[in-house]
Amino acid sequence: MNVRSITPVLVLLLVCSVDAQAARIGELTENDPWQQVRRFFTFADPGLRIALAGALLFGAACGLLGSFIVVRKMALIGDAISHAVLPGVALGFLWSMDKDPLAILAGATAAGLIGSLVVELIQRTTKIKQDAALGIVLASFFAVGLCMMRMIQNTGAASRITGLKSYLFGDVAVLNRQDLVAIFVVVIVTIFLVILLYRPLLTIGFDREFARSTGLPVRWLDCLFQLFLAFCIVVALQAVGVVLVSALLITPAATAYLLVNRMHHMLWVAAVFGMVSAVIGVFCSFLGSNLPTGPFMVLGASSLFLLAYLFAPRHGRVTRWMYYRARRRNVSNENMLKSIYRIIEKGMAGKDGRAGVSMDLLAGERQVSTAELFGDLRRLRSLGVVEFVDGKGQVALTESGFRQARRVVRKHRLWELYLTNEADYASNHVHDDAEKIEHFLSEEKVAEIERQLDFPDVDPHGQPIPGRDRV
Amino acid sequence: MSLHRVFVEPWQSHAAHYWPICAMAMFVTVACALLGNYLVLRRISLVGDAISHSVLPGIAIAFIMTGSRTGTPMFIGALVAGVAATVFIELLHSRSRLKQDAAIGITFSTLFAIGVILISIHGAHTDLDLDCVLFGKMDFLSLKETVFWGLPGVTITMGVIAFCVGVLVILFYKELLVSCFDSALAASMGINPKLVHYLLMSVLSVVVVGAFTSVGAILVIAMLILPAATSCLLSERLWVMMLLSLLHAFLSSLAGVHLAVALQVPTAPACVVAGMAIFVIVWITSPRQGLISLWLRNPRPEASVEA
Repeated sequence: MNVRSITPVLVLLLVCSVDAQAARIGELTENDPWQQVRRFFTFADPGLRIALAGALLFGAACGLLGSFIVVRKMALIGDAISHAVLPGVALGFLWSMDKDPLAILAGATAAGLIGSLVVELIQRTTKIKQDAALGIVLASFFAVGLCMMRMIQNTGAASRITGLKSYLFGDVAVLNRQDLVAIFVVVIVTIFLVILLYRPLLTIGFDREFARSTGLPVRWLDCLFQLFLAFCIVVALQAVGVVLVSALLITPAATAYLLVNRMHHMLWVAAVFGMVSAVIGVFCSFLGSNLPTGPFMVLGASSLFLLAYLFAPRHGRVTRWMYYRARRRNVSNENMLKSIYRIIEKGMAGKDGRAGVSMDLLAGERQVSTAELFGDLRRLRSLGVVEFVDGKGQVALTESGFRQARRVVRKHRLWELYLTNEADYASNHVHDDAEKIEHFLSEEKVAEIERQLDFPDVDPHGQPIPGRDRV
Repeated sequence: MSLHRVFVEPWQSHAAHYWPICAMAMFVTVACALLGNYLVLRRISLVGDAISHSVLPGIAIAFIMTGSRTGTPMFIGALVAGVAATVFIELLHSRSRLKQDAAIGITFSTLFAIGVILISIHGAHTDLDLDCVLFGKMDFLSLKETVFWGLPGVTITMGVIAFCVGVLVILFYKELLVSCFDSALAASMGINPKLVHYLLMSVLSVVVVGAFTSVGAILVIAMLILPAATSCLLSERLWVMMLLSLLHAFLSSLAGVHLAVALQVPTAPACVVAGMAIFVIVWITSPRQGLISLWLRNPRPEASVEA
């Protein structure tokens, strides 16, 4: 998958919405939900097409840039910048006295950049740490912005302030074609920037000192990156809102971070998650009337994150839990087979043909109660490795159970011998170690050890090692 | 316009109107300033930010169930939400490969989003709306029924909270100090640092919810961090920092109320702006760490590094 394969899709979506008039989406809320869902998926509503195109575009851009800030452990800089743009939005509005996207874009980007520079300046000149510096900038700039917005309202521009209000919690319905063009330009430039500067940004992200030593202009690249971060935040601002736009940067990227290991995969996955979250937000606010879009986008992103957190193939909580449970089961099963085998070996089993082992004896050997033992044995029977001998309170190994038991014992004894012969362990110290490793040694490894020990017959305690041919 | 008319007259003519607002601003800033010192010193300021955002769903649910913006359910809801946020952050960054910053960002934005959705579905025609989340409604305090000394109930509650925070900080001064700077030493002294952390976060949640109706959910972070950040530019001893941050709290709340009157803006953001102004002044002029003294000592730091 590369950039060129997805750009046509975005352009197509954009073209679809060219003839659109900026109507409010979700206007016909008296319709029943199903009709609304149908309207959503037929893309009949022109306002909806603009909203969707915008959401896809800035969702992708947020995912891309978010990946870099998540791996650089500066996730909350996005939060600081997004709050800091508010005075810029107000100033841009004041400058044009209208919702002119260019003036607002310029003002907001400038304010965002100033905010991130102030964070850096505080950190460099005082002993205040990054977290407090971010908090100071975030809340102070935000407060200044709120005051300015109220002052604008006081001047009597209240009728036009409705557009400004959407900057706080986000309303994708206020996006018009001008906004969409601005979003489109910013996102395309951002994507090209990421492609062009992928390697330098990656280097800086993982090791600043190394980047500096290779002669990269680290400071300039940092500034450039922050400029585009600010741009990206600003274009997503109207739809997501000042307060929550940072979530659209962090959450999809964090989701991707849980799922993949390589940076270029992470960029793609994050961009896709960003788009999906944005579309979920548009969909939800389309269904309900007058609901802010931003929170739904955030909830969409968070649900995806929760799924990844629980079920990610390698790092998910549930996945890991199931893996460990399976491993614990496996260990306890193998230990049970081994105990039965040892009893048979000692000749304490019944004499009739395929030896049945008495459950009391087994419970003594395993040091568990009979009830517990019975539960474990039932699990083993369902695996087809043991069977109960009718009416005698005895249990016997099946053909495959016997093979498995021999295999475990063989690993155990070979490892014991290996430790005493090759690693100079005392023979009374090797049992515990072998007890652990017998469950994890592979067949090839065991064969190799056996070869190295020159095909021995007995272990350090004088007990026979089951040979490979008979296993 | 004479100075008298700008600075004195509003206070003389509308004293009854501004008294509850002033008192509220002061209680909120004082309680926040005291706790903020610990947040800044432990470098967990942004956990404070996360909690102030995260109490929103707790408040919203309590509001929807009881229909009132005050009272015990609200505090319980906020306390649960605040502690839950702390636990989620811990879970996310200790049980996955995410770092703390990302964990904070994800937790608070999710909880805040849930709160905003709940409020915009249920609270459209009531006291609790999105404006309240942003600005707080400190300016409407004087319209409320007064209970005591000309103060409405919310203010009294906040005053009690501020007083309790003060008492707790004095009583547990040593424990907090030690667990702030050296958790290993604290553990050896029989103080459980985890417990102290969670208790601190619980107290923080209570303060945030007490302040919620007046300053909203977002600006609280400024009232937590600004006093502590300002005072840590001036002193290195905790108790001096505490006193200085109290001074910052008093000054910023007074100046803030005044600014709000002068500019006709909501009081809570005005207090933050005033607090920020004090921070900037101290940042520039502080005798040891200020920009001026830094520049006097070492006019061109880059040049000296290269030399």
